[in-house]
Amino acid sequence: MRSFMRQAAFAAFAGLAAGAATAADNVRIAFIDPLSGPFASTGTNGLHQFEFAAEKLVNEKGGVLGGRKFEIVPFDNKISPKESLIQLQVAIDQGIRYIVQGNSSGVANALTEAIEKHNKRNPDKRVLFLNYSAVDPALTNDKCNFWHFRFDANADIKMDALTDVIKQNDAIKKVYVIGQDYSFGKAVAAAAQRFLAEKRPDIEIVGNELHPIGKVKDFTPYARKIIASGADAVITGNWGADMLGLGKAIIEAGFKGPIYTYYAAADGITAAFGESGKGILRLVSEGQLNPPPSDRVVEYARAFKEKYPDGNLSQTRIANVIEMLARAIEQAGSAEDVVAVGKALEGMEHDSLWGGKLFMRPQDHQLIQDVHILVHTNEGVTFDFDNSGYGLVVESTVKMASMDAPTTCKMKRP
Amino acid sequence: MDLILVTMIDGLVTGLLLFMLSSGLTLIFSMMGVLNFAHASFYMLGAYFAYQISRYIGFWPALFIAPVLVGLVGAAVERYGLRRVHKYGHVAELIFTFGLALLIEEVVQFVWGKGHVEYNAPESLQFALFSIADYEIAAYKIFMIAVAAAIFIALLLILTRTRVGMVIQAALTHPDTVEALGHNVPLVFMGVFGVGSALAGVAGVIAGPVLGTFPGMAVVLGSIVFVTIVVGGLGSLWGALVASLLIGWLTTFAASYNIGMADLLGALGIEPPADLSESLLRDIWTLSLPQVGPILPYLLMVLVLVFRPYGLFGNRDA
Amino acid sequence: MTSLSNTDRSVAGRGALGAAGPWILAALLLGVLPMLFGSPSSVTIMNQMAITIVFALSYNMLLGQAGMLSFGHAVYMGLGGFFAMHVLNWIEEYELTLPLPFLPLIAGLFAMLMAALIGLFSTRRAGTVFAMISLGVGELVAACSVIIVAFFGGEEGVSGDRTVAPFLGMEFLHPEDVYYLIAFWLLLSALGMYLFSLTPLGRMANAVRDNPERAEFLGYSARWVRYGSFVASGFFAGVAGGLFAINYEILTEENLNLATSGMILLVTFLGGTGYFVGPVVGAVVFTLLQSVLSLQTEIWQLYVGILFVATVMFFPQGLAGLIAMHGPAMRAGRLGSLAGPYARVLIPGAIGAAGVAALFEMFHHLRTAAPGDEAMTLFWITFDTHSAAPWIAAAAAAAGGLFLAARGAPAMRAAWDEANRIAQGGAK
Repeated sequence: MRSFMRQAAFAAFAGLAAGAATAADNVRIAFIDPLSGPFASTGTNGLHQFEFAAEKLVNEKGGVLGGRKFEIVPFDNKISPKESLIQLQVAIDQGIRYIVQGNSSGVANALTEAIEKHNKRNPDKRVLFLNYSAVDPALTNDKCNFWHFRFDANADIKMDALTDVIKQNDAIKKVYVIGQDYSFGKAVAAAAQRFLAEKRPDIEIVGNELHPIGKVKDFTPYARKIIASGADAVITGNWGADMLGLGKAIIEAGFKGPIYTYYAAADGITAAFGESGKGILRLVSEGQLNPPPSDRVVEYARAFKEKYPDGNLSQTRIANVIEMLARAIEQAGSAEDVVAVGKALEGMEHDSLWGGKLFMRPQDHQLIQDVHILVHTNEGVTFDFDNSGYGLVVESTVKMASMDAPTTCKMKRP
Repeated sequence: MDLILVTMIDGLVTGLLLFMLSSGLTLIFSMMGVLNFAHASFYMLGAYFAYQISRYIGFWPALFIAPVLVGLVGAAVERYGLRRVHKYGHVAELIFTFGLALLIEEVVQFVWGKGHVEYNAPESLQFALFSIADYEIAAYKIFMIAVAAAIFIALLLILTRTRVGMVIQAALTHPDTVEALGHNVPLVFMGVFGVGSALAGVAGVIAGPVLGTFPGMAVVLGSIVFVTIVVGGLGSLWGALVASLLIGWLTTFAASYNIGMADLLGALGIEPPADLSESLLRDIWTLSLPQVGPILPYLLMVLVLVFRPYGLFGNRDA
Repeated sequence: MTSLSNTDRSVAGRGALGAAGPWILAALLLGVLPMLFGSPSSVTIMNQMAITIVFALSYNMLLGQAGMLSFGHAVYMGLGGFFAMHVLNWIEEYELTLPLPFLPLIAGLFAMLMAALIGLFSTRRAGTVFAMISLGVGELVAACSVIIVAFFGGEEGVSGDRTVAPFLGMEFLHPEDVYYLIAFWLLLSALGMYLFSLTPLGRMANAVRDNPERAEFLGYSARWVRYGSFVASGFFAGVAGGLFAINYEILTEENLNLATSGMILLVTFLGGTGYFVGPVVGAVVFTLLQSVLSLQTEIWQLYVGILFVATVMFFPQGLAGLIAMHGPAMRAGRLGSLAGPYARVLIPGAIGAAGVAALFEMFHHLRTAAPGDEAMTLFWITFDTHSAAPWIAAAAAAAGGLFLAARGAPAMRAAWDEANRIAQGGAK
């Protein structure tokens, strides 16, 4: 009776989504990201990529552990740390053992701390946190823990790769660094200063500033300052509306040099830049779509576009998350023993779908991979973004970026 | 020197854009005593309508059709929503427009999606009109200034030279007398609300390509518009103009000049503590003007309200 | 203004037991709830609900009781919460002994101090000036949260561990342990706020709300009455912040920003500002909508928006007002006579609303679902959104339902008037 009441209560409260009550032996993965509100398009696109990767890379190949399928269970966190913690609890209650999240380092930070506490307090219901996109370096340094694995290159690694490329470009003498005023923007600025001083002491940083996040209506004054400084290149970690506004203002003010960005693609941004950003916008990222590195990528990307014509295959690392998790589960021989799965993931080497090698560094659970500098263009684009004809083409590649970079992580293993 | 001139022009664009919104809002407030929280939402509707229309028949027809549509939506909101809520008092009206702003944002997301839409300036205006030193001034910016100036002059002429304008002007100061004289005040209300919304719509049409057309665009601008009319003095058209330009230049100049808090305090003879890492105020020392630029208007508003609750040019209690 | 005066008739004419009755009932309910809804996620949602209730009640001290519309109330909850988080970290760092249940009190006192400072200039005037200053202060504090990292922790916020402050052997490891702590504080602060509304200051707040000039003539300073309400409200908002800190063990910018301030306005108004229990109803309904509805549909915020605007337009007394409207009829035993007319409006109305929702959902599905994925499940029926039949069915349900509801409405109103006329007549 009591258990019936509990179940009834659970159904009433947690409101099991109609499709969620499926075969118990599926390996369920909770996707906690914004599915409503201003960042919903990014979140929904990420969800589609996860669903597609699970279907294509695991389920169509017979699943894991002799036939168990991957199932992605979406949870809407409205990009709020508070809501994320509530949804995390709901997911854990449903018996889910794997949490994936990516949008916003603030949310990732809240989740990784909550998961560490939860795993300590409830050793029988431990979960793993697979972070596919939050790039705050702290998550794999001071704030690292055994349960957190990061599949994207963090902000420092990206900057390391980017400055490797800038190092070889003698035309760049002056650099302007601008970003949003919060932890990630500051991390990008600090990394840019550190690496440039190390690799190209002759480069002058002619501007280094932060603007309030999401509050600037018109970026023209910032663009004027960049022009006035005589900068040859701009580095920015901006995303979303701040990226679009800043980029458009800089280009409109007559800037011709490269603008190195972290997030100036997809979710409408590629289409909105269109012709104006051609050859000017650069992006530092993992994963290669153009030119396609292999037939497998062509087939995968075609099939994705067929299923989601309005979607973008913008977060290529999602395929890596799914493939590596599947392998780790096979290796551990269990999907429920997350400690074993975590240990299998640690130090795993894997051939990425997108070409190149992947290595999950055991010291800090940071995935080491090839990092590319991509250029926004419409030439040589096999797979565009936003159906705009424009896309990202690989310009240069840093193999296994920051493989030996130091970490301050002191990993405590269970 | 060149930078100052260019910044003046950029600030003028921002200021005039604000004025297109704040003029309508302040007119509505003077007539009906209600602060319309959804005013910036009409600005957003203007941009989205223009985007939709320009996909079929181009930018120029959209410039005229979209504001009319927004005006009609505004009039309908007044007639079927606000008038109904009016009897519950001003707080209820304010809350109604607050809810309406949320609802319009949701509807826009529902219809046009959650990302940016590809709404660009017409090809014919996508060039640099002239340069001052190294700074290019886009033709579209000058176009924005021209439209805003034209609207301001038209508004001024209507308000001072026409019969309707006289009624509105009279209603600004003596609403009861106007009603007593037998004018159809509800109709005037609806008209003013519609025209005010249409003005916001025009602002949306011309600002959408520059500031981006996305569901959050109303929120970004919304509270600043309030700040503008509160600073200028509720109900004062001239106050709205002065405050719009003031805030436009304030935010633009703040973003253009990197003055650090440490320099400022240094100039006042205050030295930073030797060990910054432990001090609770350590972050104050690293502040710079561009970092706080966009929140300066709020500071201005709080100060104005504390010392002069009527605003700079207002004469009526808010 | 319709009925905004429930507190006036609350205690009068009833014995002490009668006055304590609802509170004992509430305490019993709070004690029993976790036995009915025991899963950790239900407890998590109930914790969230309880925190929202405290916050909404404190907001209504301003909006409902003192007539002050604030757009920045989250500031006080957030400041209290941040301070509580720091205190928790100090407990760990300096090995202090401060049991966890006292933390909300500290949070409340800190928020009260902040409210006392800000209130000095913000409460000088009521109405639009107060609303605009609260908006400005809200923006400024929210902006400070990313600038002053030492106190607010920047974007990632400040976090801590609640288990460092055990109380009577309890370590507060699980949400269930925290639930009782929160429930205790919920009851305590609700009682505190209720009693506050009965104090002379609370009564004067009502007077100042309704007619500040008259209150001044009676010798009360409207400004200091507002100030008093503002500071007291700040205290309880801080308590809510302390509870938030204990429950989530993290405070971020989100706790201070305008979206949260707007949310609490929406919650309070939805529940009904004129009734003490209004914010409670609003918080329960809103939390359920947010947590449960958002799992069912991606466009839940659209429904919340429609619900809110409809509430302002048609039931400005909120949900609690809607319930309270039936008080006289119920006391007169005439509620039965309403059942028929209500059913004739509400049943078609519900069908019509479901039809409209179905149209929204189908349109949303058509736009966002993957091509080839044409099947959609709605109200336990799976169908193909690319065929005409479901659209016709939904449109027919919407149009037919709403038409019948509109046609039945005058009869319903007449029946209600009738029931109330008799009720009032009977009471005399």
